[in-house]
Amino acid sequence: MNINLTLIGQSIAFAIFVWFCVKYVWPPITAAMEARQKKIADGLSAADRASLDLELAQEKAAKQLQQAKEEAAVLIDQANKRAAQIVEASKDDARKEGEKLIEQARAEIQQERVQAREALRAEVATLAIAGAEKILETSVDAKAHSEMLDKLAAQL
Amino acid sequence: MAAETPVEYIQHHLTNLTYGKLPAGYERADGSVMQEASWTFATSGQEAVDMGFMAIHVDTMGWSIAVGLFFLGLFRFVATRMTEGTPGGLQNLVEITLEFIQGLVRDTFHGKNPLIAPLALTIFVWIFLMNALKLIPVDYVPYIAHAMGLEYFRIVPTTDPNGTFGISIGVFLLILFYSFKVKGVGGFTKELAFTPFNHWSLVPFNLLLEILALIIKPISLALRLFGNMYAGEVIFVLIALLPLWIQWTLNFPWAVFHLLVITLQAFIFTVLTVVYLSSAHEDH
Repeated sequence: MNINLTLIGQSIAFAIFVWFCVKYVWPPITAAMEARQKKIADGLSAADRASLDLELAQEKAAKQLQQAKEEAAVLIDQANKRAAQIVEASKDDARKEGEKLIEQARAEIQQERVQAREALRAEVATLAIAGAEKILETSVDAKAHSEMLDKLAAQL
Repeated sequence: MAAETPVEYIQHHLTNLTYGKLPAGYERADGSVMQEASWTFATSGQEAVDMGFMAIHVDTMGWSIAVGLFFLGLFRFVATRMTEGTPGGLQNLVEITLEFIQGLVRDTFHGKNPLIAPLALTIFVWIFLMNALKLIPVDYVPYIAHAMGLEYFRIVPTTDPNGTFGISIGVFLLILFYSFKVKGVGGFTKELAFTPFNHWSLVPFNLLLEILALIIKPISLALRLFGNMYAGEVIFVLIALLPLWIQWTLNFPWAVFHLLVITLQAFIFTVLTVVYLSSAHEDH
């Protein structure tokens, strides 16, 4: 229980320990701890920002999808219309073509009829003459009656 | 260590390894007489007393410096390997201690002083480690020391009043330093003279009261720690005197209880230091 120099020695040791702790122990440890705290705080705020970004991106994606659907609907509509138009147009074309063909056919028929009539006329004249020859039992002068026969044929 | 009576055993266990100066003509415990004044190890409790102030407790100094170096070495080791990422076990331990002290200082100390928190850390861990030496069974180290030729050996520096007063005097000097620094000589004197009774006729009474209160601070700090640790050690020594088969039934609960006392006393010393320094920083 004696008080002696130990007292002073202990005080000196204490002072040196405190000095060392203040200078070499405390600062690096607290610095690292603060750095970690900051890192964690940064990480958390980054996560917050990321989730916000995600939300925005989802919204944007939904909007774009909606837009794309609308555009697609418009395109389909246009395509339908266009298809209807094409069908309509081709029907028209077909009808016109058909009419044209009919017209051509009619013209051909008309032509053939005229030809056939011409042929018949020529034939009729010959037949009439042959018939008259038979009737008259004589030869008819073809030249003398051709004028009359041509008139007859023209009347046919 | 000779076979001895219980009283001798206890006294032996409570005597420090003292290295001091004995005067010429002093009759030593073994009957020899000192030819001239010289420094030597005390060979009896009486010699240690007679050495007076010019002596040093080698065991107290040695063990307190050893655990202090262990503390600083460990923390410095961690400090140089600190990682901002996931901390390992040792770093975690150090960080928990640091955060504990940081919280304590933040709650108790109102002011800005970068010295206070590291100071509190040093006091807490150092005193804790010194106290913790008490959990080593009371006879182990003295026996080893005896085998090495040292008659007396106490390993717990906080059971030596020199050990605790050494720290509390350091704290006291800091209290004085910051009182003068923050409040100025005039301010601090005024505070001593005019509190608690703000009247000129009561200045002497105030001065007496305040100076007493100031001086009581380091004394109470040191004596509280010393008293608790000393009493605990005496109980351990007494238990060691009991028959071997019964010792553990008392020793074990007392040691478990002391886990609490060791931590609590270190904590109380730290908190009071911070409180005292906080009041030294406050201008009334």
